[in-house]
Amino acid sequence: MAQIFHRSTNFIARFSVFSAFFLAGLGVIVVLAVARSPYMTRQNVVREQPVQFSHKHHVGDDGIDCRYCHAGVETSAVAGVPPTKTCMNCHSILFNNAEYLEPIRESYRTDKSIEWNKVHRLADFVYFNHSIHVNKGVGCSSCHGQINQMPLVFQANTLLMQWCLDCHRNPEQALRPKDQVFNMDWTPPADQAQIGKKLAAERNIRTTAELTSCSTCHR
Amino acid sequence: MRENEHHEHKANQHDHHDPAEDLSLPERPLDLAEVRANLQSKSGKQYWRTLEELSEDPNFTEMLHREFPRQAPSEWDESVDRRDFLKLMAASLAFAGLSGCGRTPEQHIVPYVKQPDGLVLGKPQYYATAMPFGADAIGLLVESHEGRPTKIEGNPDHPSSLGATNVFAQASILNLYDPDRAQTATQYGEIRTWSQFLDAAQSLAAAFKATQGEGFRILTGTITSPTLAAQIQSLLTVYPLAKWHQWEPAVSDGAREGAKLAFGNYVNTVYRPENAEVILSLDSDFLGSGPGHIRYAREFSHRRKLDQFAEDRRIGDEMNRLYVVEPTPSVTGASADHRLPLRASEIQLFARALASKLGLGGSPALPPNAEKFLNAVAKNLQRFPRNSLVIAGEHQPAEVHALVHAINAALGNVGTTLYYTGPVEAHPVNHIESLRQLCADIEANKVDTLLILGVNPVYTAPHDFDFASKIGFNEKTKSKKVRTTIHVSSHFDETSELCDWHVAESHYLETWGDARCFDGTVSVVQPLIAPLYHTHSHREVLAAFSDQPGVTDYDALRDRLKAANPSADFEKFWRKTLHDGVVAGSPFAPINVSPKFDPASLPAVKVGSPNEIEFIFRPDPCVYDGRFANNGWLQELPKPVTKLTWDNAALVSPKTAEQLDLAHNVAWRGGEHGKIYSNVVDISLSNSKVTAAAWILPGQADGVVVLPLGYGRKRAGYTGTNKGFNAYVVRTSDALWAATASSNAVKRTGEDYPLACTQYHFNMEGRQILATGTLEEYRKNPNFANKHAEAPPPELSLYKGEKEYPYEKMQNRWAMAIDLNSCNGCNACVIACQSENNIAVVGKDQVMRGREMHWIRIDRYYKAESPTNDPSTYNESLDNPETFFQPVPCQQCENAPCEQVCPVGATVHSAEGLNDMTYNRCVGTRYCSNNCPYKVRRFNFLRFQDWETPQFKLLRNPEVTVRSRGVMEKCTYCVQRISNARIEAEKLNQPIADGAIVTACEQACPTQAIVFGNANDKNSRVAKLREQQRNYSILAELNARPRTTYLAAVRNPNPELEKT
Repeated sequence: MAQIFHRSTNFIARFSVFSAFFLAGLGVIVVLAVARSPYMTRQNVVREQPVQFSHKHHVGDDGIDCRYCHAGVETSAVAGVPPTKTCMNCHSILFNNAEYLEPIRESYRTDKSIEWNKVHRLADFVYFNHSIHVNKGVGCSSCHGQINQMPLVFQANTLLMQWCLDCHRNPEQALRPKDQVFNMDWTPPADQAQIGKKLAAERNIRTTAELTSCSTCHR
Repeated sequence: MRENEHHEHKANQHDHHDPAEDLSLPERPLDLAEVRANLQSKSGKQYWRTLEELSEDPNFTEMLHREFPRQAPSEWDESVDRRDFLKLMAASLAFAGLSGCGRTPEQHIVPYVKQPDGLVLGKPQYYATAMPFGADAIGLLVESHEGRPTKIEGNPDHPSSLGATNVFAQASILNLYDPDRAQTATQYGEIRTWSQFLDAAQSLAAAFKATQGEGFRILTGTITSPTLAAQIQSLLTVYPLAKWHQWEPAVSDGAREGAKLAFGNYVNTVYRPENAEVILSLDSDFLGSGPGHIRYAREFSHRRKLDQFAEDRRIGDEMNRLYVVEPTPSVTGASADHRLPLRASEIQLFARALASKLGLGGSPALPPNAEKFLNAVAKNLQRFPRNSLVIAGEHQPAEVHALVHAINAALGNVGTTLYYTGPVEAHPVNHIESLRQLCADIEANKVDTLLILGVNPVYTAPHDFDFASKIGFNEKTKSKKVRTTIHVSSHFDETSELCDWHVAESHYLETWGDARCFDGTVSVVQPLIAPLYHTHSHREVLAAFSDQPGVTDYDALRDRLKAANPSADFEKFWRKTLHDGVVAGSPFAPINVSPKFDPASLPAVKVGSPNEIEFIFRPDPCVYDGRFANNGWLQELPKPVTKLTWDNAALVSPKTAEQLDLAHNVAWRGGEHGKIYSNVVDISLSNSKVTAAAWILPGQADGVVVLPLGYGRKRAGYTGTNKGFNAYVVRTSDALWAATASSNAVKRTGEDYPLACTQYHFNMEGRQILATGTLEEYRKNPNFANKHAEAPPPELSLYKGEKEYPYEKMQNRWAMAIDLNSCNGCNACVIACQSENNIAVVGKDQVMRGREMHWIRIDRYYKAESPTNDPSTYNESLDNPETFFQPVPCQQCENAPCEQVCPVGATVHSAEGLNDMTYNRCVGTRYCSNNCPYKVRRFNFLRFQDWETPQFKLLRNPEVTVRSRGVMEKCTYCVQRISNARIEAEKLNQPIADGAIVTACEQACPTQAIVFGNANDKNSRVAKLREQQRNYSILAELNARPRTTYLAAVRNPNPELEKT
C-alpha cells in the first residue's frame, strides 16, 4: 500500500513538535519578561501630577529635609503625603501669586484634597513599614533612588518581591550610619561589607530566616 | 404510621432528583429512647456535642466521615447542571489569560488639607467612649484609622468593662456601617430636611405652650443618661401635662418591683462575686447578660483560676462554688458546679423554700425533685455567712427578687458580696404599666402627639396592646387615634412605617452624650466620627421641642458636667474625663436599706400542673430584643448553648420532645455535610399563633418551651428581615415572661425546617479533646488532664520540626494558653476576631454547608458520666448534662500537618514557629484543611466579602488583607499585632515585653481565659500557665506539638450532691 505521506513530511512533523515546545517556552519567557518589564512594574516611568512638584528643587536646591513633609517616616508604617497646609506654610508667602500653584491655594480655600497620582505602589497584601527600615538605618535613597535629582518622581526600583528579598537576604548592603539615612547622595563605602556586618550586629538586625518569613511582610 | 407520613412528606419537599439516582440511606427521625440507651451503656467520662452522634444514625455517621456524603450534589447552585458547568469552565479557561493582562490601574493619594493635631498617618488612635445598653453602659476604647472607627475594645479604666467587652459591644461597629440604616428624616415616606423637621417640631411646641403640653407623650427605652434625662425633665417642666412613658421589651420589671416590695422604693443592686465563696443563681444569667455582667464574669472567674496570680493575689487550689437553678441553659448555667433545671414558675417555690429553710418563714413546699438540691444549697450558704451570694434572675417576678433581698440580708451578705445604691435609671418606672397607660390614653383619645425615641413598639409591644392599631391609620374609620406620631430610630422599621415622621438616629459613635453604668458611674459617650448621614441624637430631637433647639449635644453635655462638677479648672477636668472615659467620683455610694418584708405574707404561687406546658420568653443571646437583627456578625454567631445561627427555635427538653412527638432528621440533600431538619410546630398561645421550628436542647427543664425574642422581623433590613419566628406575636402583657397552656398548644404541622447548627461541623469524633475533672481529682492528681495521652518525644517525628527550627532557643516562641475553667462560652472572642481580621459573613445556606468563616470557634460539650437509672438523681446526663466550652483557634502546631501537604508553599512556618498563611500564594487545593487534625482552617468557597458597598470599605481593618474567593484562611495569632509590637520594640532595641501583644480574642475576653505571649520568656504569663500541671494540648499523641494549649476545666461539686 502506498504511503499517504511522503518521507519529506517527517521533517514538517518534527519541526512542528519542536516549534510547539519552542513557542510554548518562548511564550513563558515573554510573559515573565513582560511582567518584569518597566511597562508592568512602572520602573523609571515619570508620573504627571496635578501640581508638577519638583523634589529636585525642594530637596536638591533648597535642601529641605525629607521629614519636613513626610513626617511619619520615623514613627509610622507610611511616610505620609503632607497635607495642603504643609505646602501653604511656605507658599502663603513665597510665590503666593504663581499661577502654577493655584491648585494648592484652591485646595486650601475649598478644603478639598489634592489627588496626587501614586508612584510607589505595593500590592494590597504587602505590609511595608517605613519606620522600622529608617530606624534600622536603611536610607531613603536605597529604595527611592536619588529623589534630589528627580524633577518629577519616578519609581527607581522594580518593587518586585525579588527586589525586596535581595535586601532581606543581605541587609548589610543597605545599612548606613544613622546620620546618613536621609542623605540622598550617600554611596556605600568600599568596605561596606564589613561596616554593614558591624552595623547589623549593633542594631540587632534579625536573621535572614526571620526577615524572609512570609508573615514579615504578608498578613 | 407517623414515620411513613413523614417520609412521604420529606420526599416531596427535598427530593428534586430522580428517585432512581437516590442512593442515600433511608432517613429516620432522631430516636431519643435510643440516645438514652446509648448514653447509659457508656461508662467513665464521655463527652458529646449533639444528640445525633449518640443515636448512631448511619446517615449522621456518613455525614461525619465524608465531606461529600454519597451522591450528595456538591455544587453551590443546583440550577446549573453538569453540561452548563463545563461550558462555563471552558469559557473561563479561554478568557483566563486575558484577565491577567494589563497593568494595575492608577491609584491616587488623597492627603488631608489640614491634618488634625496628634494624628500620624498610618497610626491608629484610640478614644474612650461608652455604649449605652439598657440600664448599663459599657466603657470602650475605640480604634480609629484616619478618622474612621474600625475596632472596639474595652476600656480598662471603666468599672463595667475592665478592658473586656461582650458580643454586642464588639458587633456594634457593624451597626454604624450598616448600609440599611435610615439616612435622613422623612414625613409620610418623603425625604425632609432637618430644618423642615425643626419647623414642624417648633410649631407643635408652640401649640403645646398654650395647652401646657396636654396630649404630648414621649416613649423611650430605659434611659441612664443624665443629660438626656435632664432634657426630658426640662420639657416636662415646660409642658406640665405632657407625660414620659418607658418600654424596654427585654428587661423585666421584676427587679425594680422586687426592690420596691422589699425596701419600699426602687433600689439598684451591685454584686461583688469576687468576695463570694458560694453563689446561688435563681435563673440569673449574671455572667452572660444584664447590667455589669462583664465585670461579674471577671470577678467570678478570679475565684476559679487555680494556681495562678490574679490581680497580684495567688489563687491556690481553692475555688468558689456556683449553684444555678434555671429553666433553660444559659452561659451561667453552663459554668455551674451544680445545676438544677426547674420551670420558671417553680423557681419561686424554690426561693420560698430556701427562705423558709433559712428561718425567714413562709412556705417550704417544693418541687418534688429539688429537695436534695435545696438542702445542700441551704447548708452550703449557711456555712459562709457574709461570703455567700444569692442572685435573682432578671426575668423572675418581683416576689423572687424580694425574697432574695431578704435571704441575702439574713445571710449577712450585704456589704461584702453585694451592696445597694440609688437607681441607675434616670426615672425608674414599671415599664409594662407605663406602656399600658399610654395605650389606654391613646384609646381614650388623650394623646395628640407621640414622640417615640429609639424603641420599636409596633414590633415589641405585647400583642394584646395591638400597638399598630394605636398609631396606624384605620382604614374603616379613615382616621388615626394619634394626630402626630414621630419615630426616631436607626432603621426605618415596623414602627417607622406607621408613623408620620421618621427621624434617622445617630449611632453612639456619632454623638456626644453620657450614660450611667451598673454602679452609677457616669461615662462620657464621645463620637469617633461625624454622622455618616443626616442623622440626629435623641437629645437633639427633644431639644427641637424646647426653646433652645439649636444647642448641640456637645454643649449640653459640657454644661451639665460643669454644673454637676464645679471645679476651678473645668477644661482640665473635661480633658481628663474625655481621656478616662469616666467622670471621676461619679459612682453611687452604697446606701443602707433593709428589707421590710415578710416572706410568709406572700400570696400562694400559681404553678401549672405538670401536664401543662410553660412557655417562657427570653431575649436572644445574639440579636437581643431584635435591635441587632440586621447585624450579620451577630446573626451568624452561633448562640452560646444551642449553637444555632440565623434563626431562633422553640427550645424543648428531650423528655418534652418525646411527649410532644418532636424530632430532628439528618438529610444529605443540599450539599456537602448534609443538613439537620427540625419539625415545625404551631404554637397557639393567648389567642394568637406562631409557627416555629423546634429544637431539642439537653439541660432544659421538662415541660418548658423557650421562645427567644428578637426574630421574625418584618422590616429590619436586608440581613434581618424574615429570619426565624416572631415570639412577640404570642406574648401578652399579663404573661410577659412565662405563660402556661395545655400541651395541645403545641401542634406539629408536618413540615420540616432546616436549622443551621454549627455544632455538627468539624466534629472530632470521640477523640479526647476536652479534659475536665473535679477539684477533688485535681488536688489528688493535678496532672489528670495529661494522663490519657502523652506527647511522643519530638525526635520521633518525621517532620523537620525542631531540627530545622530550634524552638527552645528562639527569642520569641509565641504561644497561647486557654483556661477552660474560666471560659464561659460568651462568644466575645469570636466577634472580636471577626472584627479584627476582616472575616466575612457567609449566610445561612453556606453555614449549613459547614462553610462558616470564624477563625475561632467555641465548641460546646456535654459530659456524661456513669449515669444511673435512678430518677431521683438530679444530674441525669441527657436531661441535665454538665456543659463545657472550648474555644478552638488555629493551634499553630510546631510540626504542622497542614504545611506538609501544601503544593505551593502557601502555608509555611515562620522563623518564630508561627504557622503563616500567605493568601497570595494560595491556589485553593484545600489539602491543608483536609490534613488539619483540629479543623481550624476556613476556605473561601465563594467571594464572601462584599467589595462593593462603600460603607464596608470604611469598616475594614487596614492591617489585614481582605481575602477573595478560592483562598484558605485561618487564625494567625493576630500576626498584624505581633508585627506592630515587634517593630515598636525593635525601634527601641528591646525585647518585646510580656503583654505588649494582645490578640483580639484575648483582649475581648471578660474572664481573661485566653493568654498570649512568649513561651520562652520564663516570666511571661503564658509560660507560667504552660508550666501548670493541668495544661494539656489537644491530640498530643499526634505529635503536632500545638502552641495553643488548654488548662483543663475543674469543677467544684458539693460532695453531698455527688451521684450515688
